[in-house]
Amino acid sequence: MTKVGIAAYGITPFTKDDKKIESLLFESSRILLKNNPRIQKNDIDTVLVSTNNNSKYLSPILSEMVGIQPKIAHSIENLCNSGTNSIVSAYSYIASGLADMVLISGAERYDSPGQILEWDNSRGEYKHPIFWASIFTSSYKRKFSVTNEQLAFVSVKNHKQAQNNPNALSKKMYSIQDVIDSKKITDDLRLLDCSRSCTGSASIILASESMMKNITDQPIWISGIGQKTTSAGFTKNDSFNSMDSTKIATQSALEMANKTIQDIDVTEIHDAFSVCEPMALEAIGLSKTGEGVSLIKELYETENYKVNPRGGLIGSGHPLGATGIAQTIEITQQLQSNAKNRQVENAKVGLVHNMSAAATSSTILVLEK
Amino acid sequence: MNFELELSKGSFCIPECTVCKKIVWPPIEFCSHCMGKVSLKKGDFQGKIIEFSKQNEEYFCVVEIENSFKIIAKISKEPQIDQIVKISKCGINEGNYFFQIS
Repeated sequence: MTKVGIAAYGITPFTKDDKKIESLLFESSRILLKNNPRIQKNDIDTVLVSTNNNSKYLSPILSEMVGIQPKIAHSIENLCNSGTNSIVSAYSYIASGLADMVLISGAERYDSPGQILEWDNSRGEYKHPIFWASIFTSSYKRKFSVTNEQLAFVSVKNHKQAQNNPNALSKKMYSIQDVIDSKKITDDLRLLDCSRSCTGSASIILASESMMKNITDQPIWISGIGQKTTSAGFTKNDSFNSMDSTKIATQSALEMANKTIQDIDVTEIHDAFSVCEPMALEAIGLSKTGEGVSLIKELYETENYKVNPRGGLIGSGHPLGATGIAQTIEITQQLQSNAKNRQVENAKVGLVHNMSAAATSSTILVLEK
Repeated sequence: MNFELELSKGSFCIPECTVCKKIVWPPIEFCSHCMGKVSLKKGDFQGKIIEFSKQNEEYFCVVEIENSFKIIAKISKEPQIDQIVKISKCGINEGNYFFQIS
């Protein structure tokens, strides 16, 4: 099985703009190709599109817009972790020998239909993600005696870190009191506890080891992949204060990479809502159970960018199909020492956590220099 | 089996496999365990409140029905964890199921 690496990336600013999905996909692909002149378009033999948008045949459309005729071209949708699912598919194509170089482009509009899982009737009239997030938050606070103030550190930290990310949706820093005083969505959720659906696109090139040598001097390797789906329906979760799918996926990914969690220097966490960050940190093992909020407070107070350096989903915005790819680009930049004023010093191994529908499915990637 | 037809009439039924007797939730025609045919069981089912939150003046709860599957339901009075409840109202509104407990 050939090694698979990340050779190049392109990303647009995350905004509230009203743009066509096709234009968005093209824009991040164009930026990628412009910034990486060693990549010959015709060497791209697979194009995968990650989106929840309802438009059809987007991968062949993107291929035509870019001016290539790939062997394989199709879309991938899995709600919020469509992006890393696309990366896993691309990895599999390359590792199996079916492809040599894959362009993965993820994009979403601010009005994405992927925000609501219509099928999940067990949620009754409470299908919007704010309701599962409220149940998670209520359960987490009750189980571990955590306060709203402690959880607010997630939003404060991630909005602050987003100010060093030129593509982030957030252009403002907030205090703990700002988060507490922001619009009450439910008794357990304030507006600033929520990531915002937005318009944006991110593209990435994966290539085989032999191809990588020709197109990049800073290869980043995908050394571990873990995925787990426990259900589709939110109420099938056994626990509302832990993330079982994340825990299982992390174990698989670290085992594949022959690493332990102590080896991880920098990580992207899927903080769709404030409570998701401590829950995920506990599930991947960076924190003990119930102590995720203490770690987050410590990271904030010591200005340690190890968790969500680009500002996470809360700071960067959450264009669903692009999110997992944007997270992977951030870890790639960190490992290449290209993350500028949000650089984590001497980062050698990174981890991406991307999940869907209240952690009913999770994807973990381990990346290395 | 037509769970939605019953639900739209305000009747909450539990889908049960005619072969292995497992409760099949969410309702589908065939059992996800043994692929047997599923039928609807009528009754006055009990639920237990697992977790809850509140939006405006309305509480919404995760309720475990008959120690088996969970739904999200509305309750008017302040709930308690582990409180035993019954479905007092249910139906389909604009394509969405709704459940009320008391």
